[in-house]
Amino acid sequence: MNPATFMGYRRADGAVGVRNLVAIIPTCGCALRAAQLIAAQVEGAVLLDYNGGCGETEADIAVATRLLAQYGRHPNVIGSVVVSLGCETLDAHDLSARIATGVAPTELLVIQQLGGTRKTVARGVEIARRMAAAARELQREPCPLSGLTVALECGGSDATSGMASNPAMGAFSDLMVAAGARVILAETSELLGAEHVLTSRAATPEIARELLAVIDACERFLKATGEDFINKQPSPGNIRGGITTVEEKALGDVLKGGATPIVDVLKDGQPPTLPGLSFMDTPGNDLSSVTGLVAAGSQLVVFTTGRGNPMGNAIAPVIKVTGNAHTYQRMQEDMDLDASPIISGAETVAQVGQRMFDLALRVIAGETTAAEEMQQHQFMMLRQGPVY
Amino acid sequence: MVNVLLIHPDDTVAVALRDLATGEAVSAADSQVADVMTSEPVPFGHKVAVHGIAAGEQVRKYGAGIGVATRNIAPGEHVHTHNLASVRGAVQR
Repeated sequence: MNPATFMGYRRADGAVGVRNLVAIIPTCGCALRAAQLIAAQVEGAVLLDYNGGCGETEADIAVATRLLAQYGRHPNVIGSVVVSLGCETLDAHDLSARIATGVAPTELLVIQQLGGTRKTVARGVEIARRMAAAARELQREPCPLSGLTVALECGGSDATSGMASNPAMGAFSDLMVAAGARVILAETSELLGAEHVLTSRAATPEIARELLAVIDACERFLKATGEDFINKQPSPGNIRGGITTVEEKALGDVLKGGATPIVDVLKDGQPPTLPGLSFMDTPGNDLSSVTGLVAAGSQLVVFTTGRGNPMGNAIAPVIKVTGNAHTYQRMQEDMDLDASPIISGAETVAQVGQRMFDLALRVIAGETTAAEEMQQHQFMMLRQGPVY
Repeated sequence: MVNVLLIHPDDTVAVALRDLATGEAVSAADSQVADVMTSEPVPFGHKVAVHGIAAGEQVRKYGAGIGVATRNIAPGEHVHTHNLASVRGAVQR
């Protein structure tokens, strides 16, 4: 097979999926239990664990609506059931209509209209089972890697992240870019102190200015809380792992992006349009950052960790990589790739980057990740404003 | 036997490749570090000073500043939150 292709699912709109999932989407925390019960009873269904939707700012509701719609239209999702209570602030009909602009079927259930939780769950299970059954008929076919968006994330970092797993991810990113994929580097608050590295990689002076602007805005936003960054960036676990300051964390973190130019700067959840490496302005919080990266259309996430992190995502496989040999041994059930041979000298950064690329090709063709085995279906909505 | 990684030749700290005890000779690849002895234990992944660093001076790792020394640091000392602070993450009160 041509190395620039992989066995994926070609959608009617030309997008490429790597999984066939039915998304169960609550529109508010009060509908969450019904949505959970539907997802739990249907093979191939996943819950979007959203608990907002009411008494929030218009801006937060707008972000949630856009992001939930992006999940409903994501190429890994072959159908969705929107579960509404009926009196929430978030407009479930608007959300449903936005999802319906995509190629996957979607249905809206309103608990107050259907007469309660049990009736809603029974109806939702029936619909989701029908969607999942139709998905099992779909066949994988050769798809171009240029149809792939790959998100790069790191979490629970320690000193080995900057020595092994992140440099290897950089080599992996370069291979993906060379194969024509879109790759996204993110986590703005983890880049304070690495600006000179990022700007030296910017494809144009304008992109360099945009990179500096988002990092500056992030720093001012965080400082406005009046709290020191310590124990947030870096976290207590980062510190126990040998990382002292946010600058040190940033210099290890930025290695994830490899050596190719940064071609675009994206807002949280904004789909990249250009092939190559883009930067997305997301928080350093892993669940929230990955949620936004996947909203942007990433079909695959690769995640480096030092301390060990089991997390996944509701609709995208997450490959877990550690450069810490102790972590790999202790938490092997949650890890997919051991990058520690770079530290022992048994393998080079390029060799581990190639192994990561080969593993990624298997995962997008259907091999399950450790996080998928454990059904680590994390989803975390960014909320900026107060709750009324 | 190599027991630390000096990531960049200009760095003033190196990373311990295993737990280092007090009084160990610090050794990096290609003899980049000479005549430095640990003056205290340095855990795996943590930093050991390979040059003297004056209070207020930037500590260098990855070939770049990672914050300032909050007191004088002698070669062989463990460098961490007790003697190194961010210049980006501290809030003026």
